Amino acid sequence: MNWTWFHRLGSPPHIYRIAGTLTPWFAWPAGLLIVAALYGGLVLAPPDYQQGEGFRILYVHAPSAWLAVMIYGVMASAAAVGLIWRMKVAHAVAASCAGVGAWFTAVSLVTGMLWGKPMWGTYWVWDPRLTAQLILFILYLGYMGLRAGIDDLGRADRASAVLAIVGVVNIPIIRYSVEWWNSIHQAPSVMKMDRPSMPLDMLAPLLMMLLGFTLYFAAILLVRLRAEILRRERTASWIREVLR
Amino acid sequence: MTPRQRRITLVVGILAGVSLAGLLALNAFRENVMFFFDPSQVAAGEAPIEKRFRLGGMVRPGTVDRQAGSLDMSFVVTDFKHDVRVVYSGVVPDLFRENQGVVAHGRLGSNGVFVADEILAKHDENYMPPEVAKAIKEKHGGVMPVNPDIRNLPKTGT
Repeated sequence: MNWTWFHRLGSPPHIYRIAGTLTPWFAWPAGLLIVAALYGGLVLAPPDYQQGEGFRILYVHAPSAWLAVMIYGVMASAAAVGLIWRMKVAHAVAASCAGVGAWFTAVSLVTGMLWGKPMWGTYWVWDPRLTAQLILFILYLGYMGLRAGIDDLGRADRASAVLAIVGVVNIPIIRYSVEWWNSIHQAPSVMKMDRPSMPLDMLAPLLMMLLGFTLYFAAILLVRLRAEILRRERTASWIREVLR
Repeated sequence: MTPRQRRITLVVGILAGVSLAGLLALNAFRENVMFFFDPSQVAAGEAPIEKRFRLGGMVRPGTVDRQAGSLDMSFVVTDFKHDVRVVYSGVVPDLFRENQGVVAHGRLGSNGVFVADEILAKHDENYMPPEVAKAIKEKHGGVMPVNPDIRNLPKTGT
């Protein structure tokens, strides 16, 4: 089997160039999908029979929460690849994920609180689902803090990779918290084996938003990855070629 | 073992160790992680009835009793196996309804009545437009069933 493609993924100039070419291919569809999904979710979709218009916060809340978890998966996988294959680009990917993931987690927490007050009757309770999502936020912050606290790049990469892998244990806890324990948070409406508990005119904007957020993450990851590679390779000779 | 295999073993080892530790910790603190207890757990003596705890379940239809001229009210929380009567004085969230999930925080009195000082509504995972909800209610004699099936509904004229 030919492994050249895999080894080329480890080459910073190669990744820098590819990331630059790919960015608009993710950014434009992301922008169009998010605008269309906002129109579909905020204007076209009917109000919910119980929550009225307030349910529309779901169109930001649920995709943010999914992305928060998914980005952690990407970050931990990249960290593991970096640790096992000593691949610097993989560590750069993991480092670029953390800030985006932290923001999506914060958005999911804040929108959830704004929704919780009128619907549940409280902004915050120490419920398993809510607490696990807060721990995810703290894991992201801890990861970024650990990276920032170690001057030597190689050590920072390895130490933060171990933390990212340790934090993976929180991911199934977030997903299954509403099934393992009694929780105030509702069970999944879409991400389940059964059919979605939502009619198509409510579901379609949600899925579009999820896809739009995912593509947005991909685009922003590529931009951040390029910046991270530039920072890491600032003394390399190929940088002078690129930035000439 | 090559260095790479050693690093793979390390990553797998970290994951296995942390998962095991997490499993043990969550198992040990199960009672604390549980956000609320349902009426069957109360009946089985699993709830900490000497302390404040949260009682959760469905509001049994036809049991909500509001005192005219005050905020005092009472209703029955059920998991369709056991019932607990709850008394409360205060404003309930908008989503507080018959056949909807509810979480009451308070103490269980010696007479078996739960005295709540906080009521939270628990929403289920079903979303639907008002017309669809109306069609389902009509199909079930004017009451929203606990797990409404939104599939194969007749199209409502909108």
